[in-house]
Amino acid sequence: MGILVDEKTRAVVQGITGTQGSFHTKLMLDYGTEIVAGVTPGKGGTTIHGVPVYDTVEEAVNRHDANASIIFVPAPFAVDAAFEAMESGLKTVVVITEHIPVKDAIQVMARANQWGVTVVGPNTPGVITLEECKLGIMPAHVFRRGGVGIASRSGTLTYEIAAGLSSIGLGQSTCVGLGGDPIVGLSFVDVLKMFERDEDTKAVALIGEIGGDSEERAAECVSTEGFSKPLVAFVAGRTAPKGKRMGHAGAIIMGATGTAESKISAFEAAGISVAKRPGDVAKLLADELGR
Amino acid sequence: MKLFEYEAKGLLSKYGIATPRGSLAKSPAQAGKIATELGAPLVVKAQVLVGGRGKAGGILFANSPSDAKRLAKKLLNTKMKGVTVRSVLVEERIPVKKEVYLGVTVDRSKRRYVAIASSEGGMEIEEIAAATPEKIVKVLIDPLYGVLPYHARQVAKRLGYSGRQMLSLATIFVNLFQMAMDYDAELTEINPLVETPEGSFVAVDARLLIDDSALYRHPDFKERIIGEEEGELRPQELEARKNELAYVKLDGNVGVIGNGAGLVMATLDTIQSYGGDPANFLDVGGGASADKMAAALNIVFSDPEAKVVFINILGGITRCDEIARGILEAKRRMGFVKPMVIRLVGTNEEEGRRILTDVGVPVLDSMEAAAKRVVELLESGE
Repeated sequence: MGILVDEKTRAVVQGITGTQGSFHTKLMLDYGTEIVAGVTPGKGGTTIHGVPVYDTVEEAVNRHDANASIIFVPAPFAVDAAFEAMESGLKTVVVITEHIPVKDAIQVMARANQWGVTVVGPNTPGVITLEECKLGIMPAHVFRRGGVGIASRSGTLTYEIAAGLSSIGLGQSTCVGLGGDPIVGLSFVDVLKMFERDEDTKAVALIGEIGGDSEERAAECVSTEGFSKPLVAFVAGRTAPKGKRMGHAGAIIMGATGTAESKISAFEAAGISVAKRPGDVAKLLADELGR
Repeated sequence: MKLFEYEAKGLLSKYGIATPRGSLAKSPAQAGKIATELGAPLVVKAQVLVGGRGKAGGILFANSPSDAKRLAKKLLNTKMKGVTVRSVLVEERIPVKKEVYLGVTVDRSKRRYVAIASSEGGMEIEEIAAATPEKIVKVLIDPLYGVLPYHARQVAKRLGYSGRQMLSLATIFVNLFQMAMDYDAELTEINPLVETPEGSFVAVDARLLIDDSALYRHPDFKERIIGEEEGELRPQELEARKNELAYVKLDGNVGVIGNGAGLVMATLDTIQSYGGDPANFLDVGGGASADKMAAALNIVFSDPEAKVVFINILGGITRCDEIARGILEAKRRMGFVKPMVIRLVGTNEEEGRRILTDVGVPVLDSMEAAAKRVVELLESGE
């Protein structure tokens, strides 16, 4: 169970022969993820860590009955890769690549919406459903299996918070990186709805940051539609100045939009506890769960 | 990347949108020559990439060519909000009947481009939104079709125009959107688009921000950003750019280095929550090499405002031993010139710790405890 990926996930790695693709394919295999094929145009017929490599996604899907893809190809080629994955019938596409132009990301999301594809990212660490499937680049050792679902806009901060949860015995069901770009495939609202339906998820942590209004929309959704499980949030960037990109392309306060204060007050108005420091997320969740 | 007004206007002309007659001047003499050719009344505009240029005195009106020359002299090589004015745009002054706003930007939550227009132009769009929200027209653009002419006519109609004026405004709007797409604009604005007493439209001011991730498709501008902005950057910002490090200068006295944008932001917040004040944001990114770490430390060491340095690393793809070697490399290059608090956990943690403790550098394992220690160090003045 968990959301987005599980033991039934059969993944293709696009860009498998590159440094990152090859390195993380090994780690995903070690975790137990079913990586059934890799794709690098021009390298068809070879193998990497025992995984057969094809020239096209179509071949890989036809031979191996794959249902998901993880993309490591460089930004100028990532749109081609994402469209190829979607048109080959894959319904879950994780885009690790950073620095994809906004215009390209908008086109990918429009297509995904049309064809019923879930895009995770871009600029995401990926998704991990504990002890079932890791489709991403996160270090597996900070996580342990349990009932907390995590949705986050950042990578290392998520590992920080997950490690804190794990250390007090609060394991995780699924951790999803939404991605650090302005245009990403999943919003906090999308993921909250998935966690609401997932039986393995008993509580949820949302890890937001400055930029955009995905956090405010999640708060609004919880206010109007309710959420049946304990929920805690953290927002990074209280000290961030206006108009500066803080590492992520999407982490920028534009005018009055996207401030940490706006997000924190929206969460609090919706009755969601907001942790002051990363380490407080575990404490707040333990309180909410009565432990 | 922000374009200068003259660059944005150059693009508008290329897309058939009328702009005032005028040229760029880099000296008062050149400004005078342009002004003589144009004839009065004139406007002299400082070409600087800062907000609120008009309020800062960067837009001046001249009633004669000699006046324009004098005003150009007044603006050139002065500082405007900390940025040197290197050129001025000398233009004819356009008579105004009405000022309109037209813009194209990205709606993040809808994952689409959105066209925004208002019959109240001239001020910042946020001021317009606050003052007269009912006069703002928004149209979400279908990414797979783009702007269709009827969208543009709808917008023109809703701004209150009809007949030939509606058609010419609609054409401007379609062309502006095409320009935004061709140049990967995150934001493009004509503000104000002036309706003249004769009923034609002229783009009197323009902004265009190119998506940094798309700069590889616009090599001319990529070259320009390096050439023209370097003079305005602090040495630390320049070093960060050379080493491909995400760096933002802040006002406090705690230098900060970490891996991952979210973690570094949270580190700044945590320092502040204990009463400290960060001097910078610096993200070494994922999988940083020792060299990159050394470069990062040099940048923070060289910032005179940073009194203490906080290194917060949680190793995933980043290896703690590599980070530790980078710290030693920085020591070799310039010595440990400032007190440091180091938090180092994750991949190859033991090796990283050993490398540092061998040379007497203590390593902590909790981010909160380390942030507290930083503030204590500052308060004790060690």
